[in-house]
Amino acid sequence: MSTTQVVEGIDGTLTAQKGSPPRNVIYEWLTTVDHKKIGIMYIAYALIFLLVAGVEAMVMRIQLAVPNNHFVSPQVFNQLFTMHGTTMVFFVGMPILFGFGNYLVPLMIGARDMAFPRLNAFSFWVSAFAGLMLYFSYVGASGLYAAGSAPDVGWFAYAPLTAKVFSPGHSTDYWTLAVFLSGIGSIGTALNIVTTIICMRCKGMKMYRMPLLVWLYLVMASLVFVTVSPLTAAQVMLTFDRYLGSHFFDTQAGGSAVLWMHFFWIFGHPEVYVLVLPAFAFVNEIIPVFSRKAIFGYPAMVAASVGIGFISLSVWAHHMFTVGLGAAANTFFVFATMVISVPTGIKIFNWLATIWGGKVIFATPMIFCIGFLFQFLVAGLTGIMLAAAPFDWQLGNSYFVVAHFHYVLVGAILFALFAAFYYWYPKITGRMMSETLGKWHFWIFMIGFHLTFDFMHIPGLLGMPRRIYTYEANRGWGEWNLIVSIGAVVQAIGLLIFVYNMVHSYFRGKVAGHDPWDAWTLEWATSSPPPDYNFAILPTVKSRRPLWDLKHPEDPDSDYE
Amino acid sequence: MMRDADAIAIDETLDPSETPWTLPYRGTVGMACLIVAESAIFIIFVVAYIFYIGKSLTGPTPAQVLELPIFGTVCLLSSSITVHYAVAALRKGKLRACTVWLAGTVLLGSLFLASTAREWYHLIHDEGLTIQTNLFGTTYYSLVGLHATHVVVGLIMLALVLGFSLFGLVREEHAEKLETLSLYWHFVDAVWVVVFTVVYVLGR
Amino acid sequence: MKFFSKFRSGFVRLFLGAAYCMPLGSSIAIAQSPTNIFDPAATPARSIFDLSMLVLAVTLAIFLIVSGLLLYALIRFRHRPEDAQHEPPQIYGSNQIELSWTVIPVLIVVMLFLTTARVILGTQAIPKPKDALNVTVIAHQFWWEYRYPKLGIVTANELHIPVSSSADANPTYLNMSSADVDHSFWVPRLAGKTDVIPNRVNTMWIDPKVPGLYLGQCAQYCGMQHAKMLIRVYVQSPADFAAWVNQQKQPARQDFAADPEAAEGQAVFMHSACINCHAIAGTAATGRFGPDLTHMASRDTLCSGAIENTPQNLRQWIDDPNSLKPGSLMPAMHLNNHDLDAVTAYLTQLR
Repeated sequence: MSTTQVVEGIDGTLTAQKGSPPRNVIYEWLTTVDHKKIGIMYIAYALIFLLVAGVEAMVMRIQLAVPNNHFVSPQVFNQLFTMHGTTMVFFVGMPILFGFGNYLVPLMIGARDMAFPRLNAFSFWVSAFAGLMLYFSYVGASGLYAAGSAPDVGWFAYAPLTAKVFSPGHSTDYWTLAVFLSGIGSIGTALNIVTTIICMRCKGMKMYRMPLLVWLYLVMASLVFVTVSPLTAAQVMLTFDRYLGSHFFDTQAGGSAVLWMHFFWIFGHPEVYVLVLPAFAFVNEIIPVFSRKAIFGYPAMVAASVGIGFISLSVWAHHMFTVGLGAAANTFFVFATMVISVPTGIKIFNWLATIWGGKVIFATPMIFCIGFLFQFLVAGLTGIMLAAAPFDWQLGNSYFVVAHFHYVLVGAILFALFAAFYYWYPKITGRMMSETLGKWHFWIFMIGFHLTFDFMHIPGLLGMPRRIYTYEANRGWGEWNLIVSIGAVVQAIGLLIFVYNMVHSYFRGKVAGHDPWDAWTLEWATSSPPPDYNFAILPTVKSRRPLWDLKHPEDPDSDYE
Repeated sequence: MMRDADAIAIDETLDPSETPWTLPYRGTVGMACLIVAESAIFIIFVVAYIFYIGKSLTGPTPAQVLELPIFGTVCLLSSSITVHYAVAALRKGKLRACTVWLAGTVLLGSLFLASTAREWYHLIHDEGLTIQTNLFGTTYYSLVGLHATHVVVGLIMLALVLGFSLFGLVREEHAEKLETLSLYWHFVDAVWVVVFTVVYVLGR
Repeated sequence: MKFFSKFRSGFVRLFLGAAYCMPLGSSIAIAQSPTNIFDPAATPARSIFDLSMLVLAVTLAIFLIVSGLLLYALIRFRHRPEDAQHEPPQIYGSNQIELSWTVIPVLIVVMLFLTTARVILGTQAIPKPKDALNVTVIAHQFWWEYRYPKLGIVTANELHIPVSSSADANPTYLNMSSADVDHSFWVPRLAGKTDVIPNRVNTMWIDPKVPGLYLGQCAQYCGMQHAKMLIRVYVQSPADFAAWVNQQKQPARQDFAADPEAAEGQAVFMHSACINCHAIAGTAATGRFGPDLTHMASRDTLCSGAIENTPQNLRQWIDDPNSLKPGSLMPAMHLNNHDLDAVTAYLTQLR
């Protein structure tokens, strides 16, 4: 079965070509090295895992809704929180952000593809395989009924709980190997992003003329090299301990459990900045367009982003305030952690100043950015509370921390991702998403988010630790946990509306045209979706907002930079 | 696919006052990134090594069993010089000279591996030191072994290029790619300098 | 669009108003919790409470100012259809403004940092008084071992310490380590948590001001039954504490002439694998893997605070630990009903 379609050549000529049967389409996607297709695959893959990890969260919330519940066994609950965390960080967060980076960075710098297209494909498939391997653990060993060998050591897998003597069987090994492979994929993609940005910018696009999204992906990818590698090293050490009889974390032989913590958090803290910097990237592009103003303080935004990248490498032991490192170490890490709030605050103020004096349009991408701003502010402030080490001695490892980091991951990062979806969906598919459904999505998800994560702070303040499969009725935590669980259901509804919106709009959405938002960066200068080669003729730019200059020849940006 | 009749055409002329637009070579930047990532991995293993100095509960200590691997070190560091000359020769189009220097590099690298193998044989069979013995054994074998693995990977790549050049397939335009590979090899040597200092000098 | 914007801003105001009122409404319910960090009963918890109030005040002020400005900007500068013809003035930056919002946060950070550093030093770096009570805490999967070295007492799961009033300071110092994996000792009303790590000794101190029972639990995921590794701290008046110490110092009751079932239970116990894991002072049982049972009947709870110490619960526990705490490391003892009754009768006599 074949159809005829019109294909545009690189010189603009149109030719009729025989279309492809479905089997060729699958082959095309499996073997593609095109950054746009790989980007879409990363995003689709991440969305599937978002739903899976979301279901894991729902099951946990049902178990915790009332005290002394028996919805799932302790064994299953412990696997659920381990899998939920591991999936969300490595198989939702990283892939979805790499997916957007893959799609947008070459377009925004006026390039035709990434620097190493085959490495790009390899990195994606390695990460994809890793995720499947992690979930294979559910059916390994005793099968789904007994929830198999799924890891149950927590997503940070503290030693010596992960030693062979305390975790016999293969649950830890599934965690180690899946995360290790995901790390290989992450380093590969990060290498690609950095090389692309440095070596493939179009003519005239000096570093100080790059869109802020490109700057933030440059910082994020550079951070990946020194962030993921320590975890890779620690996992090699753990595997040696488990299988070669080495003693890296073997406390019986004089090894140190604290050493694992250091290595893990030297990864773990910068990792959360790896996750949040792209969220800043999206917001940096969307807020100016819907405020109809250039971003306020571009040089300061670049400096703050680079500064955040560097400082994030020095704060890791604020996850270890309760380990007994001593007053001197604790004091240093308090200082470093509090310092990072300065460049972060600068970014919030610059966003505020961009909106100030503008003409704010409350389209769906913008309202998600507004949600991001309020919620990121709150998340940062609860972060400051946790940075005060003595306060952390109470709040650490409690539901207050869980509430804080979900405020960042969901309230800031996921909201920024939703904004990015609504903003760039027209570019990727050629159709607009429904504004009405978008607003329903926003408000329902917002209500659910606040029900869950605002109230989740309270059990933390009342002494509820993390990672417990149930709790006593006399602690006074029951009513709050019930509210938290109800909010989870509301969020699920919001998420389903979003998924429906995406699917429905693909077939019925209004045709977008090349620049539906009247925006200013290079991706809006080509068709929606872009042709395989991105730009017929590679552009030359003279300022930070090349399309603004073209639309306002009487007042171009290049006069002011 | 629709043709956007009103798609914005970007002005292609560069400002005459601006210099020609040249950006770094992709291979160099990519290899630099890989080197940064690998350095971070090695640093973690070195930190573990240093952290556990003197903390073994039993077994042989470094001072008791380690000897300075002078021969291996000289071979490995010399191989950096030979690979440098191989790249220089290829840049000038001297293909035969390049092949000779590459062969020298592969030979010296292999000699380094052989000397490490001999050292390990001695440690395991005569001194009874394995990765399981104590913290010193654990950190020593993993750090030196990680480095040796990187040497093996580098040697495979160099041997492949040597093979290609013996068949006359390597030409002057490949000089940048060979330089990218040589960067990796220099990195491996630099790591050995650090490992040598930490394990055989400071740690004993 | 205009109407929608107005509606939206009103809704957001209502929403924020509700958010600010929440703490008021919650505070009544919060006070009922026995593990409320804002209800300190000892100096470490108290100094954390004081610091936390400052931090909360500062962060609340920042939140109100910044979110207020944001809300104002969104309402004042919203897009109006009649004004859609031209773009607003493009402002690219302002050195003075950007400098001020760098300097002010730096000053706030410095202030917060210095206050925090003072509390850290005040809790972690003060010297130990010579006559402080020392308790060695050893964390296990999934129970707590308490040893009083100077008093010669070994017990489990229920920590008894003397009250420490301002007039008569009597702090208790805990020297903590783990026998297996990482744990964390957390009794919120008394102090912040301190991790309990194998191959490492961490110290903390508490000086509860009022006698009573203080609850807590393990705060570092340690395996299957992390959730049921509960902590009970009994703070007693000097007289009560002395009485408890005296009782705990006695060896276990061994004379069961009046109670043949208990005597038989003692015999079964001493001839079973029980003695490999448990210790009963003055008998052949000297195992250290499980809790010391010398005075187990004097404890209120079993299974590290998870269930009430009644004969039925005890019997069920010995018969099949996994039915009460699945994943606990005590194996089912496979005793027949008769032996089970006898051992239960014996153990319930060990006050």
